[in-house]
Amino acid sequence: MTTGTISVKNLKQAVQAIHIPPVYYFLVIITLVGVTLDQVFASGNILSNPTIMTNILVRSVALGIVAVGQSFVMIGAAIDLSVAFTISLTAVLTSQLMQGDPARVPMAILIVFGIGIVIGVTNGLIVTKLNVNPFIATLGTGLIIKGILNGTFANYKGSVPKSFQSFGYDSLGPIPISVLVLLVVVIIGWFILSRTKFGAHLYGVGGSREIGRLSGLRTARIVTGAFIISSITAVLSGLFIVSRLGSGAPWVGPDGVYDLESVAATVIGGTALAGGRGGVFGTLAGVLMFGMIDTVFNQLGVDTYLKTVLRGALIILAVASYSIRSGREAA
Amino acid sequence: MTTSAKKPLSMQLTNMLISVWNLIKRIPPVYPVFVVIMIAVGQLNPNFATTDGILLFLRRSSPLAILAMGQVFVLATGGFDLSQGSLVTLTIIGSSLIIYNNESAGYTAILIMLGIGIIVGLVNGFVVSFLKVPSLIATLGMLLLIKGGGLYWTGGAPKGYLTENWRYFGRSYIENIPVIGRFPLAVIILVIVGVIMSILFYKTNLGKQVLAIGDNARTSQLSGIRVKLVRMIAFLISAILAVVAGVLIGGYGGVSIVAGDGLEMQSVSAAVIGGALLLGGRGSLIGAVFGALTLEAIFSLLNLLGLPKPFRDAVQGLIIIGAVAYASITSRRRD
Repeated sequence: MTTGTISVKNLKQAVQAIHIPPVYYFLVIITLVGVTLDQVFASGNILSNPTIMTNILVRSVALGIVAVGQSFVMIGAAIDLSVAFTISLTAVLTSQLMQGDPARVPMAILIVFGIGIVIGVTNGLIVTKLNVNPFIATLGTGLIIKGILNGTFANYKGSVPKSFQSFGYDSLGPIPISVLVLLVVVIIGWFILSRTKFGAHLYGVGGSREIGRLSGLRTARIVTGAFIISSITAVLSGLFIVSRLGSGAPWVGPDGVYDLESVAATVIGGTALAGGRGGVFGTLAGVLMFGMIDTVFNQLGVDTYLKTVLRGALIILAVASYSIRSGREAA
Repeated sequence: MTTSAKKPLSMQLTNMLISVWNLIKRIPPVYPVFVVIMIAVGQLNPNFATTDGILLFLRRSSPLAILAMGQVFVLATGGFDLSQGSLVTLTIIGSSLIIYNNESAGYTAILIMLGIGIIVGLVNGFVVSFLKVPSLIATLGMLLLIKGGGLYWTGGAPKGYLTENWRYFGRSYIENIPVIGRFPLAVIILVIVGVIMSILFYKTNLGKQVLAIGDNARTSQLSGIRVKLVRMIAFLISAILAVVAGVLIGGYGGVSIVAGDGLEMQSVSAAVIGGALLLGGRGSLIGAVFGALTLEAIFSLLNLLGLPKPFRDAVQGLIIIGAVAYASITSRRRD
């Protein structure tokens, strides 16, 4: 045997060991197609202009952070549709509490994270103790937050201080702080899922709540934990959004469709809607795919509405490309 | 008769009470809740408790009731149809474009929109059945397709207006009826749709098959149900009814690009309040209609109580959580 074949074999094994989610091939294909289209039909500066690449990343931060939380919930065989309104609530409350005063930043951040935890615990308890289907439970809590928010705040309220806006705008060297935060969130997510007991239990409970319960897992606590993580990431996304906007309004969450898009990104990333499978790196690729598509469309000057159409088609096709091979019937 | 006469009277009474209680327990909670809210609304607004008031209420509720019936078929199979609301909007803005101030095109527009509805339903069904994409994602993608497509078609703002003959179904009355005076056409359409859907749901194999698929798709397939076909029909029904609801909403409210926003969630809520189980296997068509009526009655009540409109959402949220929690606590079935 020559060393060449061994190294090829080793490489193959190594690649298989890492287990790259299929979405990465998609991301590569879409990037290649996008860059080619950009070269042929537009200015061709996606590659040459680094700020565009940075923009793809920054644009992905808000969706990326909350999608990591959504991945946790979905691995646990649930879904969290309340995240969009948790994001809105965070954005509005943060600017309302800070009132442009740097001294009030820590207090405001503590309060919004506290509220996030309360929302997560509430979702978890409704799902696990009242036995309400997670779709309905989080749709319901989302509506409750939306109602309170729209009934109380009509428009942009308050503002965040300049110092807080550095979260959204400043860079550490060439890398924006927000992108670093996204990466840290993804890595923490990966660590919890693959290196902690909680992560292993979450996969177990997601695979089958009943088997998890029979093997002695505290399923209610585990699912509630996933909901808390999801709410916390939604709060973090909300903080990022308000730091970009400077002031929060009740519609920032639903306007970004963070609920359904985080679900879509997670599913495209290979996490099963039925639970028990998936991971945050796949989700990250799903989010980057969205960012890439947006950027290419912008470069090509595609009509905003047509963009929505293509986005819908791509979501379906991306999920179809691997669901079609599964033996299981979808519902 | 003779045996029971031997028992003491007190025991007879207790037995009777128990059997009555068992009967009451079997009544789905949506009906008593609906009655209580209707009485409350009638107390607060005397105009409501007249024939005309109730008919107006039914007219306002008929689009949601029709949507909920379609949603029940899909929910029963274990799926969701999130594209309903966007199809309602497309029906309205698409029709106003097709009509383009040309009175004679009114009915053509409705036919074309029904055709589009059929295509949407078939595509939804195809993507779920054959591409095996979970319906949550499939119909979400369809929502984006329809929303974006509709806005692209109109250029972002509604063009033209809806002619009288198009709006006829949603807002006109059959006049000069003895005793009750006038009767809204929309309510007649609700009744017609209701009868057809009840026959499909309760009297044909289709109704039993959708529930069987939702309960266990694999077993259904093994027992000879054509699962893919039935799923496609369920999505087809949901989409066609969304177009019908769109014609009523447009007739009642005129052209708007947000007319259908959020209706899919309301129809899911209505079906669930009416006893449908998410992930399939259980659902009641009549329950869904009453779920829709209950939601609308609650909205009326909140309106009368002077609560700002946004709080409707909060109350809707509380109610659907409560309804499902109640259902899952009373039924032993766990998911």
